[in-house]
Parts: sequence; C-alpha cells; structure tokens
Amino acid sequence: MSLLSTFSDTIQIIKRNVRRNFRIPQLLVFSSIQPVIFLLLFNYVFGGAVGGNTGGSYINFLLPGILAQTALFGAIQTGVGLAEDLGKGVIDRLRSLPIARSAVLTGRTLADMVRNTFVVLIMGIAGTVLGFRATEGPLRVIAAVALVLVFSHAFSWISACIGLALKDAETVQVAGFLWVFPLVFASAVFVPVNTMPTWLQVFARNQPVTQVVNSVRYLTRGGVPNGPDFIVHTILWSVGLVIVFAPIAVWQYRKIK
Amino acid sequence: MYMVKKYAIEVNNVSQNFGNVVALKNVSIKAEKGKVTGLLGPNGAGKSTLIKIMSTLLKPTSGQVSVDGVNVIKNPKETRKRIGLAGQFAAVDEFLTGRETLEMVGRLYHMSKSESKSRAQELLERLDLTDAADRQTKTYSGGMRRRLDLGASLVATPNVLFLDEPTTGLDPRTRLQLWNIIRELVAQGVSILLTTQYLEEADALADYMYVIDRGELIVEGTAETLKNSLGQDVIELKVASNLILKTKDYLSANFKSEITLDEATRRISLRTKNGSDDLLKVAQLLKTKNINTEELSLHRPSLDDVFLEVTGKPQQEATS
Repeated sequence: MSLLSTFSDTIQIIKRNVRRNFRIPQLLVFSSIQPVIFLLLFNYVFGGAVGGNTGGSYINFLLPGILAQTALFGAIQTGVGLAEDLGKGVIDRLRSLPIARSAVLTGRTLADMVRNTFVVLIMGIAGTVLGFRATEGPLRVIAAVALVLVFSHAFSWISACIGLALKDAETVQVAGFLWVFPLVFASAVFVPVNTMPTWLQVFARNQPVTQVVNSVRYLTRGGVPNGPDFIVHTILWSVGLVIVFAPIAVWQYRKIK
Repeated sequence: MYMVKKYAIEVNNVSQNFGNVVALKNVSIKAEKGKVTGLLGPNGAGKSTLIKIMSTLLKPTSGQVSVDGVNVIKNPKETRKRIGLAGQFAAVDEFLTGRETLEMVGRLYHMSKSESKSRAQELLERLDLTDAADRQTKTYSGGMRRRLDLGASLVATPNVLFLDEPTTGLDPRTRLQLWNIIRELVAQGVSILLTTQYLEEADALADYMYVIDRGELIVEGTAETLKNSLGQDVIELKVASNLILKTKDYLSANFKSEITLDEATRRISLRTKNGSDDLLKVAQLLKTKNINTEELSLHRPSLDDVFLEVTGKPQQEATS
C-alpha cells in the first residue's frame, strides 16, 4: 500500500517535471541544441588536429564522448531545477502534501532521465549525419544508450545534493560547471588519455566519465581493450553514486527550513 | 468517551532557534474551530515561521503543536491529510495549466483520476477560473495565481487552512474577491489561520487575533478588545490657522487629556475616554468661544493604531 502510493506519487512528480522540461523553451533549447553545437564544434575544430590520434574518423571517437558530456550537463539541470522549485515555494507546497518524502527527488531525477533519453536520441541522429557508424549491432547500441542514461541518473543525485545545499538556481548552475568541467575534460571524452601528462593520466583513466565513454565506444564500435571491464566499472560507479548521494539528498530534503 | 475538541489549532510554548537567532520564543496560540484566527505582526516577526511549524514544514526547537486534534510533531503525515496551505508566493507552476495543477494535487492526495478531474473542475468554477483553466499559469494575473494557489490548498477539503499573507500585493478589488472566498469557506466550517500585514484585512475577517513581534506574542484578542485596550477614542477638529493656538489653549483649560496639534494640517486631536460626551462638550465650548470648526469628528482607534502602539518599540513590554 505504502509502496504503491510512493510509486504513484513518484509518477505524478515525473509527469510534472517532464512537462516542465518540455514546455520551458529555453530548457529544451539548452538541453537539445547546445549538445549538437558542441558536437559540430568539436568535430570540425578539433577533428583535424586530434583525429589522427584516435584511429580513424574523429566523429566515431567523439560521439560517445559527447554523449557522456551531455549526460553530465543534463545532470546539472537536476540541481538547478530543484533550486528553482525551492525558490518559488513549489517544494514547500509539495512538502505540505501527504506524499512520500522520496517522491519529489526520485520524480525529478527520473524526469531528467526522460529528457536525457530525448537528447541522446537527437545526438545519435546528429552524429549519424556527421558520419558516425555503429558496427556492433542494434542491441549493443541500445545497451550503450541505457548505460549512458543510468550513468546520468546517478550524477543527477549528486546534482540534487548540490541544488538542495546551495538553494539558488544561478549559483547551482555555476557550481555545476565547476564540478562537471574537470570530469568531462580530464577524461577520454575528447582525446585519448595517453596524450595527457602522466599525473593527469592517473586521474583521467580512473574517473567515472572515462569508464562510461569507453563502454559506449566498446559497445558501438568495438576495438576497445578490456571493454567489458569498463561496463562493469560504469555500473559500479553508477550504483555506488546513487547509494551514497540519494540518501544524502533525501536527508537534505527532510531538513529544508 | 470521545472528546470533541474545541480548538482547530493549539500551539503551546513553541520556540524556534535558527543557530543563534531566536525566531520564536515561547509562543502559545489557540484557533477555534470554524473561525478565522488572525496572526499579525511586522515583517520578520515570525509569522511565516509559525505557519511553517503548524503546517509540518519545520520542526520547532521546543514546544507542542496540535492541529485538528493531531500531534503535528509526532504525526506530520496524518496532519498533512487534514490541512491546506496557501503561501505568500503563490507557488503555482508556470508551465502547467490551472487544471493540470489542481489535478496533480488531487492525484498527490491519492484521489482517483476521475475524482481529481471533477474536483479540479469544481474548484475552477468556484474560483472563477474556468476561462483560464487550460492556459499555462504564466499567463495568469497575480490575483488569478492567488486564487489557483488557494484552490490547490482546497483540493482535499481541508479541515484547517493556513493562509500566509493571501492578499499581499493584490489590488483592492481582487482582495475583496478573495475575502469573499475566505468567508464562504468559513461558512462551510473550515477553520482558518490567516497571517496578514493588512490590519483592515484582519479587522474584516478575523474573529480573534494574535499580534507577534520579534518572535514573541505581545497581545491577543478580538478586534474590539484590541481597540478598547488602547482605551481611548480620539476627537479631531480642524480650525482656521489663526485660531489654532487659541483653540488649543481653551481645550487644555477644560480637558485633562492629551492634546496634540498639527499646524500643517490645522488639526487638533484630543484623546478621550468617554467620546460622545466629550464631543458634545468640545462643540459647546467652541460655540461659546465663537470658534468655527471646519471639521469636528470622533473616531475609534483603528487596528493600525493598536499595531503601532504595541509593536516596534524596542525592549518595551506591550502589556505594561
């Protein structure tokens, strides 16, 4: 009964947030057009210079990376959205209703996952137009997309904690770039890790973003040594992050003043 | 034996500290069932903090709170089923339509799909929002948003309704419209706790009121008793400028009470305990002295006078 009502509460919050994500034009533009622009810029600006080091056409190397970047940038919006709702009193209204405490946060992170699905599809189409080709079959492509979404969902929980801690949408947006940029750039997203200085390679090889990027490369194009290990690492990171950050976020939500 | 509780809200010795800041200090209030109880006070007095505590959004540092017979601190979830809260910011989602907002709230109260649909329609009609029901609320005026926000707090037919400054920033016409809705709710038996900065609003709606300042309760009573507590009516008169000083002297010679003089507006006011008798005496006195008054009036102190008298004076006990 209680589990059932938690589920139904969460569905309502997902519905509300999905509507938000698709009805606020600047959000939709931010989440769909911006990643495409990144894809175009990086492909044509860096492609010539670093393409040679990536073994073939740069777009084949780049698209999995941009997908991971999109997932992380999308996760920032989880915290921004929560801070906005806090500021407008929407969270107070929801907290005064007899609903499950976790529903507001779970509903938010899952709705952001829905938006990310939409964005990943757009990116897939844009990448294909630019010349990206998956060689390992449709099932593996689906697995790759699922992995990116699970990974972005895990990061949404970190973002939720940041949003609830900072409480101001603009600050959360700026803070988002502080923690997301190093993770995105010091990784295998844009360039092969072995082109970096040794000390940075240690970080870049082991941090979660590299795991998901290499998993997607392995699943869509093959030819990645120890490919399955990256998948296992991505899943472990995703589960671990949720186990740590989801309870923290719920605790923060209970303590809102 | 089942005890019928007389009070919709009972707050006993509630204190709230935020770090070193004392937001509420030993506040006790009671709100009768089926009545409007007003909570008045200047900005930052602690009104919203108290509302948050009563509506389960905040756990007090100490004290007891019961709403509709439920212990709010021990049983917040049960409390939430019985209350409605309309905050001062009109927390409606701009990107949802009015209808979607009300239906969502209905679903969150675990009403069935058809039940929440018909309840939404009913509230839209009652709050005069049917024309705008299917527009996103970002196109709504301030008054429409307030009404929708109020509607959202009414979806589950609450026994106790908290209205935190429901008419702040609204034009007089829209304010009257909201007042009428509030009166209708009371007529249906809803108990309402209302905070406001507008004393005329408290005067018009509240059966009983509490004034808090700097986190402490300073006075309570009905509008009448609060006005009477000031104890004095005021006689005000306006005379030609060359007669002001002379008039004041005549009055001083005949009345012991406090007389104030405003030369700019040519008004003299006189505080009095027995208003109508003194008014007659003033009129006779001026007639015998051949002084023509341009205006002569007697008025009761307004709640504003009470408010200014009891709040905002540093380190002074209002009851003294």
